Amino acid sequence: MSADGEVDGEWAILSMVRTMVPLLAGLSLLQMASGSVLESFESTLVTQPSLLVLVPVQIGTAGNLASIMCSRLSTQLHLGTFELSPSNPAIRANTGAVFGLAGTVFGVVGIAAWAIGQALDGSLALRQVLTISLVSGMLLALVVVVLSVLAVTASYRLGYNPDDTTIPVVTNLCDITGVLILFGVVVVVL
Amino acid sequence: MYGQDTAKDVYRDALPVIVVSLVAGLFAGTILGSETMRNGIESVPGLLLLLPAFLATRGGVYGSLGARISSGLHQGIIEPRFELDERLGNAIVASFINGMTVSVFIAVITFGVLAATGQSGSLLRLVGIMVVAGFLSAVLMLSVLVSVIILGYRRGLDPDNIIGPVVTTLGDVFGVLFLLVGVYVTGAVL
Repeated sequence: MSADGEVDGEWAILSMVRTMVPLLAGLSLLQMASGSVLESFESTLVTQPSLLVLVPVQIGTAGNLASIMCSRLSTQLHLGTFELSPSNPAIRANTGAVFGLAGTVFGVVGIAAWAIGQALDGSLALRQVLTISLVSGMLLALVVVVLSVLAVTASYRLGYNPDDTTIPVVTNLCDITGVLILFGVVVVVL
Repeated sequence: MYGQDTAKDVYRDALPVIVVSLVAGLFAGTILGSETMRNGIESVPGLLLLLPAFLATRGGVYGSLGARISSGLHQGIIEPRFELDERLGNAIVASFINGMTVSVFIAVITFGVLAATGQSGSLLRLVGIMVVAGFLSAVLMLSVLVSVIILGYRRGLDPDNIIGPVVTTLGDVFGVLFLLVGVYVTGAVL
């Protein structure tokens, strides 16, 4: 297990650390944007646990939906059938699915977050938590669809393989946007 | 035919993964919303600031380790055995180093953001929390992920389908839990 042992360069410890650490460090810097938003809502979050419950779900689902949409569109690109057009059946089907999934997930999450919040001494009404969850979830779905289509089109035009570059970038952007949208909606609803 | 998938097909394919991450997110959210964690958020400035970066790192470090092991297995250059193979060993050591380095980096930039925005914070406490949480996450994620991939591969499961849900679920739930442990331990020691 030496850093420069007999195994080829790609499996050497130093090479794996050197490629990953700068990427992860850059990503962490980017994530400070959503961290700052969370921090600025600290007093609201501490008194309303329902909103804290929404945070990890919002972050996770945004990235998941984006990676599903991107990887399906990029498979189409590899097969040579991708076309940037509203009549492209794959774009239509994926868009429909992303909105359907968002509606399902954020409906369930709104109710669950309210119930958990009640158990943890929160005071928000079901109507408020459900509205926050559904409105921010559907806006997020819209962002996911637009960003995925744009990113896959851009990597096609520029000749990049979308699997390597687009998916990690879009997934992280959607994670961050997820938090921004959530608190944008919180400000409007509360 | 791939191109003929309707929105309903895509919805049905993606729903299980989305539901797994939803349940994990709700667990993580419940820990985050708990009385103990909320006290931690109030007593440690910067905890909310580092949360998104810390959670995103789990996916970056261990998702890429999973993908690497999976490619190695598919290429036949890693054997599905619990022996100290040089490539597997190197990949595990590199992930550990990546995870710890980035955790400490996150603590430092969090302190930087606090200082830049005129808030007070303890660099020692933040680094301590990240070291404890990063170390516990590394031990758990590395042992569970490697075992699940190898055992799954032996039973004929494609590792590419296992990694996503395992990393998301464990990463979110235990990430937040170990953050809480870090707050508790550093509170008792410092």
